[in-house]
Amino acid sequence: MTPTYYLLLSALLFSVGAVGVLVRRNAIVVFMCIELMLNAVNLTLVTFSRINGDLDGQVIALFVMVVAACEVVVGLAIIMSIFRSRRSASIDDANLLKY
Amino acid sequence: MTYEVPTTLAQAIEPPAIDYAAIMPLLVVLGTACVGVLIEAFLPRHQRWPAQVALSVAGIAVAGLTLGLYAGGAGAEGVLTLAGAVAVDRPTLFMWGALLALGLASVLLIADRSVEPGGAFISSAVARAAAGGGPGTSGTAADDRDYGSPDQAPTMQTEVFPFAFFALGGMMAFVSANDLLTMFIALEVLSLPLYLMCGLARRRRLLSQEAAVKYFLLGAFASAFFLYGLALIYGYAGSVRFSDIAEASVGSARSDALLFAGLALLVVGLMFKASVGPFHTWTPDVYQGAPTPVTAFMAACTKVAAFGGILRVLHEAFGDTRWEWRGVLWAVAIASMVIGAVIGLTQTDIKRMVAYSSVAHAGFLLLGAMAITPEGISGTLFYLLAYGFNTIAIFAVISLVRDADGEASHLSQWAGLAKRSPVAAYTMAFLLLGLAGIPLTSGFTAKFAVFSAALADGMAPLVVIALIASAIAAFFYLRVIVLMFFNEPAPDGPAVTIPGAFTTAAITLGVLFTLLLGILPTPALEWAAGGVFVS
Repeated sequence: MTPTYYLLLSALLFSVGAVGVLVRRNAIVVFMCIELMLNAVNLTLVTFSRINGDLDGQVIALFVMVVAACEVVVGLAIIMSIFRSRRSASIDDANLLKY
Repeated sequence: MTYEVPTTLAQAIEPPAIDYAAIMPLLVVLGTACVGVLIEAFLPRHQRWPAQVALSVAGIAVAGLTLGLYAGGAGAEGVLTLAGAVAVDRPTLFMWGALLALGLASVLLIADRSVEPGGAFISSAVARAAAGGGPGTSGTAADDRDYGSPDQAPTMQTEVFPFAFFALGGMMAFVSANDLLTMFIALEVLSLPLYLMCGLARRRRLLSQEAAVKYFLLGAFASAFFLYGLALIYGYAGSVRFSDIAEASVGSARSDALLFAGLALLVVGLMFKASVGPFHTWTPDVYQGAPTPVTAFMAACTKVAAFGGILRVLHEAFGDTRWEWRGVLWAVAIASMVIGAVIGLTQTDIKRMVAYSSVAHAGFLLLGAMAITPEGISGTLFYLLAYGFNTIAIFAVISLVRDADGEASHLSQWAGLAKRSPVAAYTMAFLLLGLAGIPLTSGFTAKFAVFSAALADGMAPLVVIALIASAIAAFFYLRVIVLMFFNEPAPDGPAVTIPGAFTTAAITLGVLFTLLLGILPTPALEWAAGGVFVS
C-alpha cells in the first residue's frame, strides 16, 4: 500500500472541508468543516512522517490537535455569545457590518 | 520502513540549551499574562482594574528593560536558541521593541475609563441578558448597567488585559519563530485572544459579536491553509526549519509542486493576518465592529507581527527561489494597493476608511518585504514602526468623537469638527497627513525607505503603481480634512470628549513618533538596519 493514497485522501478531505466552509450557513457546521481541514492536515503530516522516515511530522500532528482543541474552546464561546443575543447561529443573519 | 528507535529515554530526549537572556522579554510578557489571569481569579472585582493596569505597565516596562539590556550587549549577528526554534537577531529585537512600544500605547487605550464611562469592555452576554436586554436590541441603557449596585460607577471587565498580553506574547514569538511549527503555534497564540477581544464591546454588542464571529471563522479558515502549506513543505523538505527548507529548495529530489503549493498555501495564511490584498475581506468589518482600543491594538501590533513573519519566511526559507514566486506576489501587492485605495474612496464610515487604508498600506509593506535585500528588511521594519504609531493615534482620536449613541464614526458627523474642537481636528489632520505620506511626517520617510528598496531590487513598475495608489489614497485622507475644516457643523453633531490621562498619553506618543520619525528618522533607520536575519 503506497502512502500516496493517504496524501490524496487527505487532499480530498481538505477540499471537502474548504468547500463546506464556503457553502454552509450554520456557524457550527462551518466550524466543523474547519476542524475537518485541520484533521486532513494531520493525516498529511503523519503520511509524510512515514515517507520521510522521521518523527517530526507526528510531533507536529500532536501540536495541531492541541491547537484545534483550543480553537474549539474559543470558537464555541464566541458562537454561543452571538447565539444568545440573536437566537440564531446562521452566518447569513450576521449582516449588520457591510459597506 | 523502520524508525531508528533510541535505546534509552535519556538518549532520546536531550534538553535543548536555552539562552534565557535573549528570550527574557518574551518570557516577561507571557508571565505578565499569566499573573493577569491569577488577578482575575483571586482579587475582588473593584481591585482588579488598578491591579491590572499597574501590572500591565510594569510588565511592559520590565520587558522593555530586559530587551534594552540584552540589545545593548548583543552582537549584530544574533543567536538561535531553544534548539533553533527561536531566532533572536537584530530584526527580531527591533520588532520586539516596536511591539512593546505599540503594546504600551494600546494597553493605555484599553485601560482608559474616562472616554467611555467605566471602560469600553464588558465580557458577559449573561450580564447583559440579566440587565434586561433581550435579543434584537442593540441596547444602550441596559448595557450601561454592569455588575454591582446601580448607584455604583460601572466597573470595567478586566479580562481584556491578560488577553492583550497573551496576544502580545504570541506576536513576539511570531516574529522570532525560526521554524514553521513555532510560527503556527505563535500565530494561534496571537489570534485566539484577539478573536475574543473583538467581541467584548460594551456598546453596539451585536456589531461587536458579529465582528468576533467573522474574524474567528475566517481566521481559523486561514490558519488551516497555513497549516496545509506547512504539511506540504514538510513533505518536500523533510523539516520545517527555515534553513533546511532553503537548503532543500536548491536541491531536493521531491517534486517542486510540493514546495510551491506549500508556499502558496502558507502565504495565503500569512497574508490573511496582515490583511493584504484579496485576503482582506475581514478587515473592514472587524475594524468597524471591534471596540476601538482593540482595533488600534489589532491594526498596529498584528500588522507588525504578520509582516515580521512574512519577512522572515520570504528571506530565510524562500530567498533562493524568489524568481519563482515573485510574480505572484507582484499581483497580490498590486491587488492590495488598488483595492485599498479605490474602495477606500467610497467609504462613509471612518473606521472602515482607515481599514481600507490599512489594506493599501499592507500592499506598500509587501513591496519592501519582497525586496530580498538588507534595505528591504530595514525599510519594512521602519515602515511598520511608523505606521503602527500613526494608526494607534488615529484610532485613539476616533474614539474621542462621540454622541449620545457612543462613537460617531459616520463621516458626515465629522463635518465642521475644527469649529467645535480645534485641537482634536488638528491632531487628526496631522495624523491623516502622516498616513498619506506628506513630507515631515513618518509616513513620507517610511514610504521613501520601502519604495527605494523596491526600486533597487528591480521592481520599478510596482513602485510606479504604488505611487499612483498613494496619490489616490491621499485623496480620501484629504477629504476628511476638508470635511473637518471647511464644512459647517451639524447642530446635533457629536462632541469631542476630553480624554483622560491614558488616552492623552497614547495620542501624544503616537503624534510624537509620527513627527519625530518624520524629521529625525536617522536613529530609527539605523536601528532597523542594524543586522540581518540569523538562520
